[in-house]
Amino acid sequence: MKTFKGRVVAPGKVTAEALVSHGGLNTLASFQKALQFGDKKATCGDQNNPDLYGHEMAGKALCLPQTIGSTTGGMVIYCACSMGRQPACMLFSNPIDSLAGAGVILADIWLEGEHTKMPVIDSLGEEFLDYVKTGMTITVSEDGTVEVK
Amino acid sequence: MFLTDEQQAILNGAKGETMAKVIESVVRYGELFGAEKLVPVTSKYNHLVTSFGLKMITPVYDLMDRLIKDGAISKQKFSLDPRPLDKNVPANFIQNLIFNKFMYAKQDFYENQLEQLGMMDKDAFTCACYMDEVGNKPEKGEVLSWAESSAVVYANSVLGARCNRNSGIIDIMGSIAGYVPYFGLLTDEGRKATWIIEIKTTKKPEAQLLGSAIGMKVMEAVPYVKGLDKWLGNDLNDAACTYLKDFGAATASNGAVGLYHIDGLTPEAKEMGEKLICDGAKTYVIDDAELERVYKSYPVIWKNPDAKPKLCFMGCPHMSLEQLKTWTDKVETALKEAGNKKVLIPTVFTAAPAVLREFEKTPYAARLKETGVITSYICPLMYMNNPLSGKMPVITSSNKLRTYTTARYYTDDEILMQITKGGKA
Repeated sequence: MKTFKGRVVAPGKVTAEALVSHGGLNTLASFQKALQFGDKKATCGDQNNPDLYGHEMAGKALCLPQTIGSTTGGMVIYCACSMGRQPACMLFSNPIDSLAGAGVILADIWLEGEHTKMPVIDSLGEEFLDYVKTGMTITVSEDGTVEVK
Repeated sequence: MFLTDEQQAILNGAKGETMAKVIESVVRYGELFGAEKLVPVTSKYNHLVTSFGLKMITPVYDLMDRLIKDGAISKQKFSLDPRPLDKNVPANFIQNLIFNKFMYAKQDFYENQLEQLGMMDKDAFTCACYMDEVGNKPEKGEVLSWAESSAVVYANSVLGARCNRNSGIIDIMGSIAGYVPYFGLLTDEGRKATWIIEIKTTKKPEAQLLGSAIGMKVMEAVPYVKGLDKWLGNDLNDAACTYLKDFGAATASNGAVGLYHIDGLTPEAKEMGEKLICDGAKTYVIDDAELERVYKSYPVIWKNPDAKPKLCFMGCPHMSLEQLKTWTDKVETALKEAGNKKVLIPTVFTAAPAVLREFEKTPYAARLKETGVITSYICPLMYMNNPLSGKMPVITSSNKLRTYTTARYYTDDEILMQITKGGKA
């Protein structure tokens, strides 16, 4: 077991199974098919991301360096949260990028209801992504502590 | 973050709950990136990335409804990305059914919302809003709240405006608030280069390939490019701007570049030169072999890599008037050389509605039509982003389209050969 401390972008506590992307998450490519075609498990549709392609993202602790791709990315995160198809939490090894940051903030401010919530921690460091593996159990605390086992 | 009395009052609810949430969105977005203040948006127009009436973004329509109902409307009018549908573009019966009745069934509804929110006009749908014919061309130093990565990188780099890589929705929030957080590419420090790119190719590098190589290397950093003025000259004429439009879109989509400087060519590089380069900047040398390596690294994700292309898209981002004319000449000449009258693969050139209108006034339009090439205002990305089109073998010289879809990338010369000679040398 190892503990990491990051910055709280959106507060909350949760325990979930890790899903790890070592490359950047292309938000639009990953979520579009799932949101468009009613896939409640949000199966990743990005063929260019071998770590995530075909994996269910909803309800998982999504561990990633940053998001990449279209500037619709923040809007996609907002929609995923609104529809209850978001990951259980998003855990960034880098400081959060402007696209994901906007989506997370917008969802936190404008959406109501427990089903829309998604704790987000950033700046967890490279060691976090080196250590965490898909399938591990992650517990996120309100203060930005991330426990991996 | 420091807020003025007026900003603080709005945040406290002086203009209602919805406006309070609008400014809270902008403030908290800025705080994430260490912004210490908000600065006024000074451009005449805004530009939004969300142009499509996809059913999946119903939560966005709900939010727009709330903004309209509560009178949280921007003083700025806006252009926005291209429409996702155009009946001129080849599509089979099932595709048309799915596009119109399922995927983009909310298009008319959303366009009605956009009119209420302040769309410039019904033809303001293009990713290349900065074209003279479209009229959303900010001045140097103006502060923007734009989204659309290719437009942001062009406005920052070629026009010298100041804009961060904003996401959809936050783009309209900044415009409604009238303020954006001061961080990143809005600051002098954030516009300095942390990468030096040395171009050492033996011929003019392909814009979309060079941009891709740089984007993948530097990601979100600012590159200072040396040696490209040898090929582009020192004036931002139509040809140079067209090149930089395609180059920039590739840096932004293959990486996350929001600003680049071209030594001796782009406005800030001309003014400040190498003073724009940070101490300790890393160097990336690009020669012919490096471009070849990058080209060969692209995965081909067609089910059958040897499939005959069914469609060719050019114009992601949308083509300029200069580009439409140049390509008319190129297609005509290549067809003549091959002894063919029409293109051998259904081919669509996309451009802004206003650019297409100007093109139609020139003799080139009839000549291009004669070659069989179709012109359209569609967004090729939106056409491709569904399972039906995703299975089609589509070719393009757009590195942005390659990155986000299953379209296969070829250089401009290879595309020309494919569409006029069927791939034969």
